[in-house]
Formats: sequence, structure tokens, C-alpha cells
Amino acid sequence: MSIALQVEHLNKHFQEPEDFHVLKDISFSVEKGEFVPVIGKSGCGKSTLLYLLSTLDTDYEGKIMVNDTLVTGKSQNDLAQFRNENIGFVFQFHFLLPEFTALENVMLPALKLGKYSKAEIEEHAIDKLRQLHMDDFALKLSSKLSGGQQQRVAIARALINDPAIIMADEPTGNLDSANTDIVFNIFNELSHTKGITILTVTHDLDFARNADRVIEMADGEIKLHD
Amino acid sequence: MSVDTLIAQRHLLANKKQTLVAMLGVTFGIAMFILMISFMMGVNQFLEDTMLSSTPDIHIYNDIKTDYSASIANDYFRDKNSLVVVSHPKPKVVTLNLKNADGIINDLKKDNLIANISPMVSTQVFYNYGPVQINGYINGVNMLEESRLFDLASKMTDGVPENLLSSDKGILMGQGLADKLNLRMGDLVTLATPTGATMRCRVVGLFRIGISAIDNVRSYVSLADGQQLLGKDKSYITDINIKLKDNKLATAESPVLAKKYGYKAEDWETANSSVTASNLIRDTLTYVVSITLLVVAGFGIYNIMNMTINNKMKDIAILKAQGFAGRDIVQIFLSQSIFIGLLGAIIGLIFGFLLAYALSRVPFPKSDFIAIKFFPVIFRPSHYFFGLVFGVVTPFIAGLMPSIKASKIDPVAILRG
Repeated sequence: MSIALQVEHLNKHFQEPEDFHVLKDISFSVEKGEFVPVIGKSGCGKSTLLYLLSTLDTDYEGKIMVNDTLVTGKSQNDLAQFRNENIGFVFQFHFLLPEFTALENVMLPALKLGKYSKAEIEEHAIDKLRQLHMDDFALKLSSKLSGGQQQRVAIARALINDPAIIMADEPTGNLDSANTDIVFNIFNELSHTKGITILTVTHDLDFARNADRVIEMADGEIKLHD
Repeated sequence: MSVDTLIAQRHLLANKKQTLVAMLGVTFGIAMFILMISFMMGVNQFLEDTMLSSTPDIHIYNDIKTDYSASIANDYFRDKNSLVVVSHPKPKVVTLNLKNADGIINDLKKDNLIANISPMVSTQVFYNYGPVQINGYINGVNMLEESRLFDLASKMTDGVPENLLSSDKGILMGQGLADKLNLRMGDLVTLATPTGATMRCRVVGLFRIGISAIDNVRSYVSLADGQQLLGKDKSYITDINIKLKDNKLATAESPVLAKKYGYKAEDWETANSSVTASNLIRDTLTYVVSITLLVVAGFGIYNIMNMTINNKMKDIAILKAQGFAGRDIVQIFLSQSIFIGLLGAIIGLIFGFLLAYALSRVPFPKSDFIAIKFFPVIFRPSHYFFGLVFGVVTPFIAGLMPSIKASKIDPVAILRG
């Protein structure tokens, strides 16, 4: 199996309010198609790690390779383009654009990528929504959907450009147990049947227990599990 | 439509009221700019037209010399050791005519900057009407040329300028003067010069230039009658009035003529410097007020854009996470600002035109001093073009800073909550 994500000697300091060594020489790799939750206590640096891996935060020392591309040292514009093509995001708060319908929210990253025509993108977007059983709500304004529905739309949006890797920050943090199960099943299915790598930060230990492999963090370091 | 434009459009439509308020700021600013500049320029144009209807582009005449610093007493005594003082010098007898006027006129005719030349004898007279004497001026002119210079035909309230040519001792009189003297067409009036010569003339036409200072004192007679009244021969000319092909060249051309012929040559801008100065003041005022209005509109846009961006922090963060670069974010918000400005400006131009048109139909209060029926307003395409440019540039500047601020938002700080 090939490597989807590789991290070498990652160090991160927070300067404010005082110097704090939040990530201490972290190295690990994730293979393609793996579903890997990152767990740990609050403040252990797991979210910080996720934002470094997602290329949104570029203030670190060390090397990050995503999908066989070295992202360390790329310009902000190149990184934006890279994220657009290779990384899907799911957040705790679903962050759909409220002025757009569910379908349009899903379409936006693909429109930005501009690889397909609008009609094709619309077709793809409906496909993705169908996978998540949200196609009935495609034409509803996103602000009119429930939390669980919005999160499923957000996952569809993360999938629209067929990314190699999906990064999620507490995707179930705001959901009831029924919706949590739905999201878990979706992630499981995506990684095992579609070969998409999923890296998700979570507090939910049930959620983590069922995954392939868990990365547990404590005090800025990784405790290895198998 | 690009995806950035699509997002900008949704933002604008989602907050219609806010968009409208920002737009109205620009609309109001531009409309006022158009109204003010159309009116102010109309006033300037009106005053310039009125002025030019009574002032030639260049006026050549023999000015009374008041420089007595050189005295022939020095030549007479020729003594370098004595100081000669002449107290209370007085001018010698002078005739205020232009020597060799025919030569000057022939020379001027060769100048291709000049459109028309009108020679004239001008003198102070008393208009006698029974026991009443009214002080005034009389211009002896070649009516065909003078009429070409000042478009007298359009200023006539009775008769035509050519009546001067067909009648013996005819006179064209200012309407205000005729009213004072209670004269009508065909009446006789006696003119008396300061030297005592008199002449009886018949009124063959009445004119109103629109400036009471002229309409109340001036009359025209033929050049020959003017010369006869002064007891002079046919070569006696006191003034030459010149119309240039382009009156903007008058200020540059008049010193050249003055130097060439040795007489005073006065251009219309110098002769009417107070009007030129007040035009400048009106122009400045117009621009200051308009720019103030637009700056206020600009601050309105700046505020609203800042507000929008503060409300859209999360959206901006998620867009950046999904691969929208800084320049996309700038484009999304700047295009909103420019759209507000452009639409606001276009509506403002239409609104401003309607206001200016309405003003141009408002009757001007009747006055003896100026002949004008409606408020003077001019419609010049360049004003509308400037309005549009202002309307786009102001929101661009106002929107640029908030947009750049938006593009610099750190998505991590917002997404982590």
C-alpha cells in the first residue's frame, strides 16, 4: 500500500502568550485507504496537528508530505490550489454557506477547481449527496437543514473533488448518537470501499474504538497503538 | 460567471437592504454632483456668454497716459548739476484716437487667428430729452461688422441692426436708456458731446444685452455719424474690437498686439477678471462639495463592507480551507463593493440628470439686471463620465481595505473556534 500522509520531525511552538512547545518531534505516516482517528485530552495538540497536516497552518518546523507531494514551503496560493484538489474538510461546526442551497454548497469547491463543466459538476454533486442520502434536500437552503443533515452535506462537499484524504476536526462533536453513527458508517465505508484516507480528530472513544488504527496523543507526543 | 462572482452576487442578494443603503449613498453623491456641476457650469456659461456679448475678445484703444516721470524740462535746462522739479504736471491736449487705424486694421486682417474686426468711435454724450439730461456713451460703428462681433440681431427688442445703414442719423438705443428717456421707435433724441456739439437722431432700433450697466447707457450710431458728432474726419477711430476664432487665446494674443501697435490691448478675461474669478470659485466649490459627498458615500461602503466581512468570517475561513486563495477572497468582496458603486453611480447619473433637467425648467425670478428666463443649466457628457469614474473609483478604494483584510484572515483561528 502506498503512503497517503507522511510526517517527519514535526515541531510546533505557540509564541503567545508565552513560548509553548505544543508538538514535539512528531513523525508518523498513514497509508492510503486508512481510517485513522486521532484522540487525546484537550490541549494535547491533536487539533493543532490536524491543521498543520491540512496545510492551513504553515508555521512549523519539519516536513509534511501529502499524497506524495511535499507541502512544506509551498506558497499560500499554491497551498490553496493543493487543498482544493487533494484535501476534503469536515469540521465540528458544519460551516455551510447559508446563502446557498445544499447542492450549491457541494458544488462550490468543484466550481473553484474548474475541471468539469457546470452541468457535470451538478451531476457529481447530486451523486455525492445521494451517497449520503441527502439528495432529497439538494435544493433546500443550507441554513434550513438540521445539524445532522448539514454535517452530511458538509461531508458530500468534502468529497466533491475526489480528494485523496479527508481531514475532520471533531465531526461528531455537535451531533446526537444516531447522527454520530451515520457519520461513522459513512467514514468507514469511504475508507474501505473508496480507498479514501480519513484522518479525524475526535473526543468520541466509541467512534475511535471501531477504527482501523488510532493515533493517541499526549502532551504533544504520539502514543502508538495498533 | 466565475464562482467568485457567484458568491459575491449571493452576498449582495442575501442582504438586499444593506446593499440598497450602500448604493443609495453613492446614488445621492453622484446625483448631487451632476446637479451641482450642471448648474454651476450653466451659471458660468451664462455669465461668460453675457460678458462676451458686451466685451470683445480683444479691445485695442488709446489709453490716457498718466506717467509724468519724464519731463522736457530736463532737456531744456541741460544742466547736470541742477535738480529740476515740475510740480502738478497736467496732460497736454491729446486726441484719444488710434493713429493709422486703417493701417492697423489692414494688418489685423492678415492675422489668421482673427475672425472679425470692428473699428469704432466711442465718446461720452448727454442724451437730452426736454430738460432732462442723461449721461451715457455712444458708439459709432460699422453696424455690419459690429453685429457680427456681438450678435446684436438676437438682442434687439425692436427693429433690426441694419436700420442704422438705411436711415440718416439713426440710433440704436439700449432698452433701459430708452425707458428712462421715454423714447420709442421713430422718436427723436438730441445728443450732446462734452465739447458742446449736438446732433439730433431718430431711434431706429432698441436692444437689450441683459446687463443693465450697458442697456442703461449705451447707444449705437453709424461710424460716419459718430465722427461727425465729434467733428472729426473719416480716419478718426478710437477703438478696434477684435473677435478671435478661439477666444481662449485672447490672453496670450493681446500683449502681442499691444506691443506691435503701441496701444493698449485688453483681452476679455482681464476686462472681466471678477467674473473669471467667480467662475473659478464656483468650480472649486462644486468639486469640494461633490468630493465630500462621495467621500461620505465611500465611508458608508467601507463600513458596510467591514460589517459584511465580520459577519462572514466563518464563510471566508471555510472558503480558504476549500482552496479559495487570498486573491479570490479579495475578488469576492471587492466586486461587491464595485457593483454597489457602479449601480449606485448609474442610478445617480439618471437621477442627477432628471434633477438638473427639472431645475432647467424652473423660471428664474424676473430681474432688471439680467435677461434670463430659466435657471441656467448645461448638460455636458463629460460631467456624466466623471460622475461614473468617481462612482467606481470611490467604492474601489473604500472596498479595497476591507477586502484585503478579509483575504488575510487566518482560517485556523476561526475554524478552531
